[in-house]
Amino acid sequence: MAILDFFRSDKKKAASVAKERLQIIVAHERSTLRHSGPDYLPDLQRDILAVIRKYVEVDQDAVNIQLDNRGDDLSVLELNVTLPEEK
Amino acid sequence: MARIIVVTSGKGGVGKTTSSAAIGTGLALQGKKTVIVDFDIGLRNLDLIMGVERRVVYDFVNVINGEANLNQALIKDKRVDGLFILPASQTRDKDALTLDGVEKVLDELSEQFDYIICDSPAGIEQGALMALYFADEAIVVTNPEVSSVRDSDRILGILASKSRRAEKGLDPVKENLLLTRYNPSRVERGDMLSVEDVKEILAIPLLGVIPESQAVLKASNLGEPVVLDEQSDAGQAYLDAISRLEGNEVDFRFLTEPKKGIFKRIFGG
Repeated sequence: MAILDFFRSDKKKAASVAKERLQIIVAHERSTLRHSGPDYLPDLQRDILAVIRKYVEVDQDAVNIQLDNRGDDLSVLELNVTLPEEK
Repeated sequence: MARIIVVTSGKGGVGKTTSSAAIGTGLALQGKKTVIVDFDIGLRNLDLIMGVERRVVYDFVNVINGEANLNQALIKDKRVDGLFILPASQTRDKDALTLDGVEKVLDELSEQFDYIICDSPAGIEQGALMALYFADEAIVVTNPEVSSVRDSDRILGILASKSRRAEKGLDPVKENLLLTRYNPSRVERGDMLSVEDVKEILAIPLLGVIPESQAVLKASNLGEPVVLDEQSDAGQAYLDAISRLEGNEVDFRFLTEPKKGIFKRIFGG
């Protein structure tokens, strides 16, 4: 087996591939899941979308909502609505 | 006041129940009054691993519903003094555990025990959330394998946001990494994530490393927690982890391949 291993040595070891993949996916999930704010955000987003749709026809993804914690006593709720171009 | 410790992982089959049984038993061996609570409602297995499956009369849900009192449901271990098991119910009602009910039972246990070990079910549903909600500390059981590490990271996120300590703004749940089914030879060949790799990704303190061991299957076959097999590598590794849990500094063992004798080197095995 050692001889076979020698010829295969140019290939990346499975463990280091695993580590790289994990570092990427874990970092991604931490930023999207862990810091995505309180549980009510998706509901809030849906309700705001419904209100806007009463007046303007917009896409599902036209409303983007984010909660940023800036320091201990300041949270900023950021609401982004993309309105369709006037025809 | 008892220390409430949840043994959790996200992923199934990584060794939560084995670890709960081993750690609970080990703590009792150190003279700590310990209860292990099975939160896996509908799929209880702690009773089997502890070898008390034929002594279950009442269970956790019976106590919550007031159909039995706590002392009727607690099973006293016959091998180790001060060790008790609270079995899960086999009901299919997944909402059988309520926050109020669990809190009441844990409060009552807290009066008589030094340690409450909560054996969590896999997943991130009701049972798992109940098991971790009241915890002061968490032991995150992880295998050196991609899906297990990823799920452990998810569970860490949930501990930091959905636990009682998080919701009440108290000190966060203390996190401990327990790496199980570790195979040093495969790590040395570059086929398996190393302790350092997993530590770097999850970034939490390491409580213990349990080597992949024949002793674990043997222990569950016999219904004897693996720490009672004092000769075994896994048993010793768990005892080391328990000592660390109690605040002692213990060197890590079983991280390298055991030295092979000359015959094994030549003939393999």
